[in-house]
Amino acid sequence: MTTQILLAGFGGQGILFTGKVLSYIGMALEKQVSWLPSYGPEMRGGTANCSVILSDESIGSPIVLKPDILAAMNLPSFHRFAQDVKPGGLLLADSSLIEIKSERGDITAHYVPVTQMATDHDLDGLANMILLGKLLAVTGLCGGEVVEAALKKSVPPRKAALLEANIRAVKLGWRS
Amino acid sequence: MAIVFQKPAGLTDAPLHYCPGCTHGIVHRLAAQALDELDLTGRAVGVAPVGCAVFAYNYFNCDMIQAAHGRAPAVATGLKRANPDSIVFTYQGDGDLAAIGTAETVQSAARGENITILFINNAIYGMTGGQMAPTTLPEQVTQTSPYGRDVTHTGMPIKVCELLATLESPAYIERVSVDSVKNVKAAQKAITKAFRYQKEGRGFSFIEVVSTCPTNWGMSPGKSLEWLRENMLPYYPLGVYKDKFAGEVAKP
Amino acid sequence: MAEKVLMKGNEAIAEAAIRVGCRHYFGYPITPQTEIAAYMSKLMPRIGGTFLQAESEIAAINMVYGASAAGKRAMTSSSSPGISLKAEGISYLAACDLPAVVVNIQRCGPGLGGIQPSQADYFQAVKGGGHGDYRSIVLAPSGVQEMFDLTAQAFDLADEYRCVVILLSDGILGQMMEPVDISAVSDNSANWNKSWALTGTGGERKPNIVNSLWIVPEELEAMNLEREKRYRKIEANEARWEEFRTQDADIVVVAYGAAARVAKNAVQGAREAGLKAGLLRPITVWPFPKKRLEALADQAKAFVCAEMSLGQMIEDVELAIRCKKPVLLSARTGGMVPTPEEIMEKIKEAERGSC
Repeated sequence: MTTQILLAGFGGQGILFTGKVLSYIGMALEKQVSWLPSYGPEMRGGTANCSVILSDESIGSPIVLKPDILAAMNLPSFHRFAQDVKPGGLLLADSSLIEIKSERGDITAHYVPVTQMATDHDLDGLANMILLGKLLAVTGLCGGEVVEAALKKSVPPRKAALLEANIRAVKLGWRS
Repeated sequence: MAIVFQKPAGLTDAPLHYCPGCTHGIVHRLAAQALDELDLTGRAVGVAPVGCAVFAYNYFNCDMIQAAHGRAPAVATGLKRANPDSIVFTYQGDGDLAAIGTAETVQSAARGENITILFINNAIYGMTGGQMAPTTLPEQVTQTSPYGRDVTHTGMPIKVCELLATLESPAYIERVSVDSVKNVKAAQKAITKAFRYQKEGRGFSFIEVVSTCPTNWGMSPGKSLEWLRENMLPYYPLGVYKDKFAGEVAKP
Repeated sequence: MAEKVLMKGNEAIAEAAIRVGCRHYFGYPITPQTEIAAYMSKLMPRIGGTFLQAESEIAAINMVYGASAAGKRAMTSSSSPGISLKAEGISYLAACDLPAVVVNIQRCGPGLGGIQPSQADYFQAVKGGGHGDYRSIVLAPSGVQEMFDLTAQAFDLADEYRCVVILLSDGILGQMMEPVDISAVSDNSANWNKSWALTGTGGERKPNIVNSLWIVPEELEAMNLEREKRYRKIEANEARWEEFRTQDADIVVVAYGAAARVAKNAVQGAREAGLKAGLLRPITVWPFPKKRLEALADQAKAFVCAEMSLGQMIEDVELAIRCKKPVLLSARTGGMVPTPEEIMEKIKEAERGSC
């Protein structure tokens, strides 16, 4: 089985980091993993997106064009990628920043106000982790211990103090 | 019989290809003699340029490498970083060092690379047959400045010692000449000091030797030396431009 | 097996180089390969190595020339426009029989082009790039593990054959992360006797001279012919490739690097659609896997060359199969990456044309 995930949003929303956590989750599940960022000037404050593929077979192209799962964290990403989600696929959107909904009936969509939730719970900057929590809850990709271990690997040592907040954010999304 | 004069061990027996009256031979000898005197010939690695001195790898009796045009200081940087025990020197002309290789010259000096550059300034491209160099004097006639160097459209010649002396990092910068016995002796002293500084790990040392090119200047060797004194030395004054360790005693 | 590390392709290159004993890296910042320099700048000072950010691409390759001449493993990395600047230095390294590893994380061109991935430096890498009669071994990784493995092998090949080895990669492979096993390689740099190195005579031997100037044509021809023998040996011994479902393939897709990953998806798609497609992925693009392709030409009805350039590798494919069968081109350029569907369309076209 192959799961193609596309994460998209503004630079600074932690899109690439979210992809990294998903990659470590995939590794823990002994899957083949690829992580590919959009790169260039758009990394610095513009739109960012990240392709993550988790598969039981060796991975061909690392570019996700038709995602099984799309996590959209801003309106431009929603406009650009929502129609690309595979039929039967999953759409997760930050409804604090995306006020519209997909008209597609062939996908499952979840609209979670993760940016607002982050502010409300003193988790500023961790909307991405709240959305990841939702993604994991909906897909049942892995259990809580796997996420914590993946977060530990993803958070660089100099930011170890932020680990706890990241875990809290994932849990918040998971329960939402 | 007592030996009163002989070729330094730092030079091979290969006959020099330089034109009659060219001062390259003197400078080769001074460099080799300095290395011998400091007992550094066995540690030396020389970098030959593109230009008249391209065959320097045949003349110095130490490990040698030939560099792409202008890149000798970069090559020397690689050699020295890879093997800091080596005594690394480049031997470059004015086109190589101050035109196509300006960036490498300035940047190796700015980094304070612990290498020694010997710069032969004869105000002309020799090997290619006498074209205008970055150090060609105003009004000087060359193959590519047939009406004399017109500084209104080529700018004024580059004074490399003065330029490099504005940098903080270089340890030692001196301009010498080999037009007279007195100046040859001063040049010998400067080149020896440059190598000594490198041996002592003091950093970048740079010796400019104001030289002649009788063939491409179209003058006899004697006349060339006179022309050098009358025209080059006023524009390129001899002297020490930087010596960060002046007055300090030699390190053991 | 040891635990795998999640790393970017660019980081895998740097890590591999350090693990096999490269202690001298000279480079200049350019997207999309700068992570290599950043990684080196972090690690080299800790292990007594040299990281030097050169004043230019030209200076960097000439520093490699110096460090290699001193007998040490040395490398530089850049992306397309920077590699053009290094071309003269690569020619000098080849002419002086100096080992060196040069990484090209290709971006799109010509000119300043863009920063998106491309394979448009194929001709430059495999046909020379610099002036004069010479060859570089050109390795073309297709994943992050291969970025690591082939970088390690590049140093061995460079030392073995005393030549430049180019790692021809691209922005996708440089930027993407995959899990990598980094445990299998170790510092074997002492295995090669570099008696030619410029380490000083110590007063005990004749001077070593590293030089590419041979003013007498007869001498230079002899030097070049001697080196040519080595190139023939490389062609005989070092061609490497990987095959996927070629055994019964009617249509053989030829693709390297990132394009080969997309091509693999296309081949899978074609198989699902009932077409007998296969993939040959050159791992070395010089030497090119000519013999294997020629053998496949007897079996296949047609070939598809899928590349992120406007028909460069296709020339080598056509030469390899001696034009026995048609070769269709599936090409994207300018930083565009093909989709599996595009390549699949070409496979279908090849199938139709060869019926």
